[in-house]
Amino acid sequence: MTAVVRIEKLTKEYRLESVTVRALRSVSLTVEQGEFVALMGPSGSGKSTLLNQLGCLDRPTNGRYILANEDVSRIDDDRLSEIRSKYLGFIFQSYNLLPQYTVVENIEVPLLYQGCRLNEKTRLRCVQLAQLVGLGDRLDHRPMQLSGGQQQRVAIARSLVNDPHVILADEPTGNLDSRTSDEIMQMLMKLNDAGKTIIMVTHENDIAAWAKRIIRMRDGQIESDEQNVRAEIRHEMSGAFSASLSSLLAEAIR
Amino acid sequence: MRTNLNQFFLLWDKSRRSFVLAVRSLWLHKLRSALSVLGIVIGTGAVITLMAFGEGSMQDALEDIKRQGATNIIVQSVKPPDDSSNQRRTMTLAYGLTHADYAKFKQLDTIVGSVPMRMFKQEIRSLHRMHNGRVVGTTAGYRNVNKIELVDGRFLNDSDDDNIENYVVLGADVAEALFPFQSATGETIMVNGHDFKIIGVLKERTPLSNAGGISEDYNSDIYVPINTCRARWGVAVYIRSSGSRSGEQVELHQITLTISDIDKVRDAGAVIKDNLERDHGYKKDWIVVIPLDRIEEAKRAKDRYMMLLFIIAAISLGVGGIGIMNIMLATVTERTREIGIRRALGAKRADITLQFLIEAIVQTTVGGVIGALIGVGLVFIAPIVSEFVFHKNLPAQLNAQPVIMAMSFAVIVGVTFGLYPAYRASRLDPIEALRHD
Ligand SMILES: Nc1ncnc2c1ncn2[C@@H]1O[C@H](COP(=O)(O)OP(=O)(O)OP(=O)(O)O)[C@@H](O)[C@H]1O
Ligand SMILES: [Mg+2]
Repeated sequence: MTAVVRIEKLTKEYRLESVTVRALRSVSLTVEQGEFVALMGPSGSGKSTLLNQLGCLDRPTNGRYILANEDVSRIDDDRLSEIRSKYLGFIFQSYNLLPQYTVVENIEVPLLYQGCRLNEKTRLRCVQLAQLVGLGDRLDHRPMQLSGGQQQRVAIARSLVNDPHVILADEPTGNLDSRTSDEIMQMLMKLNDAGKTIIMVTHENDIAAWAKRIIRMRDGQIESDEQNVRAEIRHEMSGAFSASLSSLLAEAIR
Repeated sequence: MRTNLNQFFLLWDKSRRSFVLAVRSLWLHKLRSALSVLGIVIGTGAVITLMAFGEGSMQDALEDIKRQGATNIIVQSVKPPDDSSNQRRTMTLAYGLTHADYAKFKQLDTIVGSVPMRMFKQEIRSLHRMHNGRVVGTTAGYRNVNKIELVDGRFLNDSDDDNIENYVVLGADVAEALFPFQSATGETIMVNGHDFKIIGVLKERTPLSNAGGISEDYNSDIYVPINTCRARWGVAVYIRSSGSRSGEQVELHQITLTISDIDKVRDAGAVIKDNLERDHGYKKDWIVVIPLDRIEEAKRAKDRYMMLLFIIAAISLGVGGIGIMNIMLATVTERTREIGIRRALGAKRADITLQFLIEAIVQTTVGGVIGALIGVGLVFIAPIVSEFVFHKNLPAQLNAQPVIMAMSFAVIVGVTFGLYPAYRASRLDPIEALRHD
C-alpha cells in the first residue's frame, strides 16, 4: 500500500485582532490508497480546517503535507490550483453546482481547468459519469431543476471526472434526508470499492459507519483513530453483490 | 512550440466558455444589463452622430468655399447704415463699388482676372410668359470664376461687351419658365422695354451660402454684357414699392478678383482693403471676402468642434465605464460562491480574472454595437426629419473610421473598468468564497 496523503505536525492558526485561534495543533496523519476515512468530532474541533488543508485550499501555518509524493505545504497559489485540479475531487455539503450550467457542463468544469481541451471524447466521458450516478436522462437540466440528492450525485460525478487520487467530502449528506443519505453513501462506498480514496467529514455516527476508518478530533487534535470492522464486512458483501457495477465504475473512472 | 499552441487552444476554450457564460448571464439579467451599458450606448451613439454631422457641415462649408475659389477675393457693395437726413433729400441712394475701383484693381500686378457684376431684380418677359428674375451684368470672365456650365449655346464674350450687344444668357429656371416646350437659344426676351437675343442657357446651379450665410439662388439669373447693362439701364435702378419710388444707384455690386498665386491672396486682400479705405473715405459701403480665410476659419471651427466631441466622448464613456465597473463589482459579490467553487475545482487566479474581464468586454461590446447602430440610424434619420419638419438641410457625412473608433473605445473602456472588479474576484480566498452565500 502506498500513502497518498501524509501530513506531519501540521498546525493552522488564525490570527484575529485580540486572540490567535489554533484550529489545528500539530496533526499527523497518513492515508493510504483505497482507504475510506470518516473525520468526526464536535463542532469547532477543526474537521473542516483539516479537510481544507488536505484539499490544498489553504496553506498550513506549520508542518508538512505530502500529497502523492509531492510536498505541497509551501507551494504558490497557481501550483496549488494545479494540484487541486489534478489530484483532488471535492464534494460539498451544499452541492455547490454552478447554477448557470447544465448537468453535463457542471461535470465538465474541472476538465476545463485541468488543461485538457474539451472535445467529443471528454463530453462522452461526462455523459458516462452522469449515467453512472443515475442521471443519464437529465443531462441538460439545470441544478435548480434537480432534487438535493440528484444535485449531490452530479457533484459526485464532477468529483470523479479528473480521476483524482483523493475525494474530499465535507458533510456530503448534511442537507439530505436519511434515505437519500444512504443512497449517496452507497455510491461513495462503491467508489471506494472501485479503488477511490475517500476522506469524509461527518457528524453522524450512521454516516461514519460506512467508512472503513474513523478518526475523531477534539480541539484541533486527533483524539482517536480506529478501523471500522463492520464497514469492511459491509464492503466485502456489497463488493460481491455489485461486482458488475464496480467494474463499470472502474472503467468509467479509468 | 507544440505546448505553446496547446496553451493557446486552452486559453481559447476557456475564453469561449466565459463568453458563452457572459452572454447567458447578460440575457438572464436583460434589464440590468441594459441599464449598465446605457452609458456606453449613449456615449458611442452620440460620438458617431455628432462626428457625422460635424464632418458633414465641415464638408459642406469647404465645398462652398471651394466653389467661391480659394485664389479669389470677392469685393461686394454693401448698403451703408441708414442715414435718414440723406435719404430725404435724394430719393436715390448711391453707394458701393464704382467702375473707377474696378479699373484700379485691374492695375494690381498680382491680379490675373477680374469679373465685375451688377445685379438687380427685374421682370423678364417672353411673348406669352413672365418670370421674376434677376439681371446680372457681367463679363466673359464670370463663366470661369463661377465654374458654370452651359446646356446650350455659348456664354458672353468680350466682343459682346465691346459692341454693347443686346445678348442674354439664361439661368436654368428662367429658360424653363419662359420656354418650357422649346429650346430658348435664338429666341428673344424683353427686359425693361428692351429686346434681348438669347445666346445660351446654363445648367442648373447648386445654391451657395454667401458671406452673409444666406444662400442665393442663381437659377433665376439672366446674364447680359456689363456695358450693355450700363447703356440700357443707366447708373440708377428704380424699384417701385407701395406708391413711392425709391431707387438705388450702385455702379457695381461685386467684383471678383483672381490672384495669380494662393500665397499672394492675403497680401492682395490687404492692398485692396487699403485702396478702398482710401478711396471711399469713411463710408463703409464695401466688404472684402477672402474665401481662403474662411477655409482656415472652418478648419479652426472643426478643430474646436472635434475637441469638444472628444471631451463629450471621454466623459460619456467614462461615465459608461463607471456603470460597467459598478455592475461588475456587484456581480463579483453576487457570484462569490461561484468563484470559490471554480477555485476549488482547479481554476487559477488568471482564469477568474479572464472570466470576469471577458464578461465586462462582452457587455461593453454589446453596448458599443448597439450605440453604433443607434448612431448610424440617427445619421440617416435626422437629416430626413430636419428636411420635412424644419425644412432645413442637415448635411451628414458618415465615415467608417469614427464608427470603428467609437466601438473600439467602448471595448477599451470595458477592459479598463472591468480590470479592477476582475482582479478583485481573482484575489478572493477560496475557502471564504466557498462559505459565502
Ligand atoms: N477563517 C477563520 N478565521 C478564524 N477562525 C477560524 C477560521 N476558520 C475556522 N476558524 C476556527 O477554527 C476552529 C475550527 O473550525 P472548523 O471549521 O474546522 O470546525 P469544524 O470541526 O469543521 O466544525 P463544524 O463541525 O461546526 O463544521 C473554530 O474554532 C473556528 O472558529
Ligand atoms: Mg465544518
